[in-house]
Amino acid sequence: MQIQADENVEAQRNADHGVIIATRDVNVYYGDNHALHGVSLDINKHQVTSLIGPSGCGKSTYLRCINRMNDTVDGCRVTGEIMLDGVDIYGPEVDEVLLRARVGMVFQKPNPFPKSIYDNVAYGPRIHGLADNKDDLDEIVLTSLEKAGLIKEVQDRLHSSGTGLSGGQQQRLCIARALAVRPDIILMDEPCSALDPIATAKVEELIDELKENYTIIIVTHSMQQAARISQQTAFFHLGEIVETGDTEKLFTSPSDERTQGYITGRFG
Amino acid sequence: MTDQAQKEGGNAWQSEAFIKNLTKRKRAERRFRLTGLLAIITALTLLAILLFSIVSKGYTAFVQTFVTLDITFSEEVIDPNGTRDPMELRSANYSKLVQNALRAKFPEVTSRRDLRRLFSLVSGDADTKLREMVENNPELIGKTEPVSLLAGDDVDMVNKGYIDRNLIEDDRRVKDMELSWLDVLEADGDIEIHFNTGFFTNGDSREPEKAGIAGAMVGSFYTLVITMVIAFPIGVMTAIYLEEFAAKNKLTDLIEVNINNLAAVPSIVFGLLGLAIFLNVAHLPRSAPIVGGLTLALMTLPTIIIAARAAIRAVPDSIRQAALGLGASNQQAAFHHILPLSMPGILTGTIIGLSQALGETAPLLMIGMVAFIADIPSGFGDPATVMPVQIFLWADSPERAFVEKTSGAIMVLLGFLILMNAFAIFLRKKFERRW
Ligand SMILES: Nc1ncnc2c1ncn2[C@@H]1O[C@H](COP(=O)(O)OP(=O)(O)OP(=O)(O)O)[C@@H](O)[C@H]1O
Ligand SMILES: [Mg+2]
Repeated sequence: MQIQADENVEAQRNADHGVIIATRDVNVYYGDNHALHGVSLDINKHQVTSLIGPSGCGKSTYLRCINRMNDTVDGCRVTGEIMLDGVDIYGPEVDEVLLRARVGMVFQKPNPFPKSIYDNVAYGPRIHGLADNKDDLDEIVLTSLEKAGLIKEVQDRLHSSGTGLSGGQQQRLCIARALAVRPDIILMDEPCSALDPIATAKVEELIDELKENYTIIIVTHSMQQAARISQQTAFFHLGEIVETGDTEKLFTSPSDERTQGYITGRFG
Repeated sequence: MTDQAQKEGGNAWQSEAFIKNLTKRKRAERRFRLTGLLAIITALTLLAILLFSIVSKGYTAFVQTFVTLDITFSEEVIDPNGTRDPMELRSANYSKLVQNALRAKFPEVTSRRDLRRLFSLVSGDADTKLREMVENNPELIGKTEPVSLLAGDDVDMVNKGYIDRNLIEDDRRVKDMELSWLDVLEADGDIEIHFNTGFFTNGDSREPEKAGIAGAMVGSFYTLVITMVIAFPIGVMTAIYLEEFAAKNKLTDLIEVNINNLAAVPSIVFGLLGLAIFLNVAHLPRSAPIVGGLTLALMTLPTIIIAARAAIRAVPDSIRQAALGLGASNQQAAFHHILPLSMPGILTGTIIGLSQALGETAPLLMIGMVAFIADIPSGFGDPATVMPVQIFLWADSPERAFVEKTSGAIMVLLGFLILMNAFAIFLRKKFERRW
């Protein structure tokens, strides 16, 4: 009886949090530099997965595989299989433009366009034709800014330049810009590395809310941040995944010595 | 390490070697600044000398001497049959009127040779003016009126002080007799200096007092229009393609090297190319702005491509990634973000390229734009010349009066170059403000 109840809970969780991205044996080469060695990782739907590991271990590289941003890097080659909802995103019938509309990205360094705040957020919906008219577009821009927790600070200067905002505001503007395209998955590459603790807290809060509707993969160098916001954690080391699993379990009782060493700050 | 520092009595910045090094560095910096200042002063001095010599020689090109004569519009010369037929009025011998007026003024001159000299006091342009006066107002016929007529180039030169009266007569272009006539005219208040509108409205002429740069200006304009219309879009598209779309491989490397080399090719080579392709193969009209423009476009292309590529490369990669990350296609990223952001740099490069083209002579000599052309071109296919070639032609002319024309034309050319650069700065500022 007890066992069966457990199974029910498990089944329900799988329905909510089934695997959305399945990575199998992914290798990435930058010219002769073999950056990722046979990485396999499952990402669950509507959860936050954090990628941790020492600098240069391939976290950003892995992230860029998922929206095929590596295609834009000269001399970069990707092998292996990355399935998004059962479709290989490197397959011939997949259009990378469409893929990137579905898998949004927030970069390590805030990179707003040198345009107005409004135009920054409106750019994605405009190129994808998501709004039928001006009112629709206004609506999308405002809700995106609201979701990104920026609306209060910018609502009376929507038409001033996005580059005139502070670093933390710029990063939230970039998040709003990614949200405006209404993606399924959001990739975040160290989104808080340039932010002060207050702005960081705001972004973390935001991520926590966003996971209701979005699947989030986040690269971070802060163990505390990973522990606070993510449900799954993967530890990268020298281009390989050493350990992956429940965040709580990984941080409390890591099974690999190297993980243990990294999270306790002995190396990295 | 720390032990040693302590033994020496303090930290590194307190040590003698450090302080010595510091004074040395300061001295080096002062020296460098001084050299820089000297360089700037030298450059500015040279520039000032250049400008001074051009302006001091050329400003007189903008004024011209006029002689006022009492012209009798006698009916028997203009319209002997009294029909007032426009055809008749048009073909009448108006120089006769001028000659009569001069004869009346100086009745003592009788010999044929002296008369010829006397008549040359007034420019050959005078009859055109008289004809226009009569055609506009036939009432004039039969009356006598004082008319201000363009003086001949010798009179002009004397009046502007370019001919030394103290030289012995044989070494002087203007003889004693002419000088005495001039003195009479001067004494009667018949000699005046006016602003020379003809310099800006006339085409070239064999007679210096009539020669203007309007033909060359219009020719330069048509030529540059062609150059810009061809070179700008092709150059910018090439740059965008190479930077944003083309794969980076041996072939694109080769193309890059070749474009850089093309920018360094002597311009006359482009003239030969233009001659071979546009004239000998395509059989476009000789001496025409269309051919000149195409040839200069060939020459300007590498400059524009190089400037545009540099401007595009200067756009931070993060902008490109932001656009691509949102699902923009390469083309959208290029045209929505990269191109507008690099436009100021591209425009500056383009205008520098066009300024070069505006000042270019050699390639145009090869395609026949060096011919003497008196008419102002009215289209891209008309024979034309351009300002630098006009300067070259005038500098090559024997008449003394063309010297000031040459400097005057150089001043106009420099004026246009300054205008173009000002326009480049204006555009750059305008584009910059938008972000
Ligand atoms: N564009 C590139 N071209 C060539 N090599 C690259 C490129 N990007 C990354 N690499 C190489 O791939 C390896 C992994 O880099 P990556 O940026 O994924 O590391 P990371 O884990 O994100 O590090 P960090 O925490 O410092 O951001 C490194 O050895 C790096 O040198
Ligand atoms: Mg990284």
